[in-house]
Amino acid sequence: MKNLYLIAYLDLKESLRAKWFVVYSLVFGGLIALFFIAGVTESQVMGFSGLSRLLLMYIQITIVILPIFILITTVRSISGDRDNHILEYMLSFPISLKQYYWGKIIGRFITVYLPVLFAMLIAIAYGAFKGADIPWNIFFLYTGLLFAMSSAFLGIAFFISSFVKSSEVALGIAFFVWIFLLAFIDIALISLMMQNRFNEEFIIFIAMINPMEIFRVAAISLFDPELTVMGPVAYYILDSMSQMVFVLVSIAYPVFIGLLFAFMGYKIFEKKDLV
Amino acid sequence: MIKINNLTKKFGAHVSLDNISCEFRKNEAIALMGANGAGKTTLIRAILGYYHPNAGSVSINGLDPIKQRVEVLKEISFVPQLPPPIKLNIEELIQYISISTDVDKEKIIHYSNEMKLDLKSNMGKSFFKLSGGMKQKLLIAISLAKKSSIIIYDEPTANLDPKARDDFYRLLKQNEEEKVLLFVTHRLEEVKDLVNRQIYMDLGKVVSDDKI
Repeated sequence: MKNLYLIAYLDLKESLRAKWFVVYSLVFGGLIALFFIAGVTESQVMGFSGLSRLLLMYIQITIVILPIFILITTVRSISGDRDNHILEYMLSFPISLKQYYWGKIIGRFITVYLPVLFAMLIAIAYGAFKGADIPWNIFFLYTGLLFAMSSAFLGIAFFISSFVKSSEVALGIAFFVWIFLLAFIDIALISLMMQNRFNEEFIIFIAMINPMEIFRVAAISLFDPELTVMGPVAYYILDSMSQMVFVLVSIAYPVFIGLLFAFMGYKIFEKKDLV
Repeated sequence: MIKINNLTKKFGAHVSLDNISCEFRKNEAIALMGANGAGKTTLIRAILGYYHPNAGSVSINGLDPIKQRVEVLKEISFVPQLPPPIKLNIEELIQYISISTDVDKEKIIHYSNEMKLDLKSNMGKSFFKLSGGMKQKLLIAISLAKKSSIIIYDEPTANLDPKARDDFYRLLKQNEEEKVLLFVTHRLEEVKDLVNRQIYMDLGKVVSDDKI
């Protein structure tokens, strides 16, 4: 176990010094600062005001930028080390592949999750200082959702990193995965729905297995438990499960996806040539 | 100590190692030579357990370097041809090595001093920011501090000035007993005082294997 923690610790230290981490932290911290400066907490839109409105905006932006940040910064972790011969040297010491791979994942998870969480904590602390009501239920739901989404994309990134030999190709695949899950899949499903080729339940099922989509709907569900803003689609979801079960699924499912991809990545890493 | 049995490694259609068999025993210092693309680095990487062979096997003290990599790598010190751009600082790199491999930090400092590398004043510096020669000196110091029974050097003196080369060969001479020393080199004259066996490879095959 000491080697696992050692790898995680050193990866974390290395990441904290990296320029991408500074940009990454500034983006999320800056977002929160910008919301306060822009007076988002004082405005009221569709019944949302104060910190609830700020967190709603934060989560809407996070849906878009968090996955791509995680993908592009993580996808090169193993393929990049392989590319520039770091792996060749670091793995010449008696460290098992299991400890190396999972140690890297733990270190990288802490790196990508902490700034996002800290940004929300700053918002809560500043809101409390200003005397605003703190929406703890929203805060805890978002903490869980961000944890789940970080897990999902970290797992996908490590999976890509384990089989791609060049870091440029890894970046290309990462970008494709992001744009596909963010937009292409929705566009394709809308077109299928309009053409009535498949029944609606099937199309909605496909949409909901996308971790970004389930994150989006779960985020809405706390403000709008009946999911009225989604129109008739809400019936398909809430007829299948209660809102509470849906929220739990929306946290458990991306974590499962992340672990599944990370595990598949490990199996590839173990079975393939290391350099 | 190292037994290579009918080893074949292919990359697509290219055969990098073609049915190689050889054995390296204790107290042997081998110069592994050959033109670029002869398969020298592939052979070393197979010994280190990085490659899954298409056929044949490698065994180190009776152990499989892929399945029992941790036990095998406890016995091997390795210095690559080009120091990799590791972003850890020297303190962290030494921490990685001393915890994973049980190497005494003081020994690394001792061998660094012997290589005329002032480690203590550079501890906070990132490894990749050191000069090529300093990086190579540190990797050599680590390899000697590890006290392994097998030492593999892939062109270790490429970045070293003549004085540092002399220091390196002097230290190696002091530490070569009861070991297998495997040098990948293009310049036999540089290691001729150290080696007692010369292997020449070409197109993935061993074309000559002579005692010196």
